[in-house]
Amino acid sequence: MNFFVVICLCIGFLFFLGGTVGIIRMPDFYTRLHPAGKLDTLGLFAMVSGLAVYNLHHFSFGTLLLSIKMMLIVFFVFHSIPTATHAIVDAGMRAGLSPLTRKKPSQLQGTGEK
Amino acid sequence: MNTFFLCISLGLCFLMFVSFYRCLMGPTILDRLIGVNAIGSKTVVLLLLIGFLYERVDMFVDIALAYGFLNFVAVIAASRYFHKRKGLYESSFKETKEIS
Repeated sequence: MNFFVVICLCIGFLFFLGGTVGIIRMPDFYTRLHPAGKLDTLGLFAMVSGLAVYNLHHFSFGTLLLSIKMMLIVFFVFHSIPTATHAIVDAGMRAGLSPLTRKKPSQLQGTGEK
Repeated sequence: MNTFFLCISLGLCFLMFVSFYRCLMGPTILDRLIGVNAIGSKTVVLLLLIGFLYERVDMFVDIALAYGFLNFVAVIAASRYFHKRKGLYESSFKETKEIS
């Protein structure tokens, strides 16, 4: 059971690490929203589900209710983070931010980014 | 198991400091908002881990739920506020041109 908890926490931490690297390294505002919206949601799901399984070590009615409450946090976050990401995208579009585009194919060699 | 939880918490704190770079140096206000949202979603997990370290999970679950809700409300309110602002995109407009 501890093995499952450790695996879940490590997977969640890996997703959080990928999301952070994406937020730092991505070139544009809209591309930065992509790791921030998706990887944080999945990382939080993995870590909180691992913690909810660890909480059931001493099984009783109280710990079962606590685990259900942790999964309710996951349920709420699965709705709230995509909604917040959509609100930020909407604010960017209304404010007139232009997405990053490549102008000509001849400029592709010099940038070094794909 | 407590040592492992402590290591994961320290790693999450490090990731929050790395995301804080985007809050400080973001070219637009909305980039800073992305950083705040990422830090908030890491804080929910961090509060649960602190609850396991202190062995008071029943209290810290409620705090984590309230923190997630407050984070959501803050991001929604800030984005609703900033999409009426003009002049928000001047600096990043230059930067996108320079990259492409």
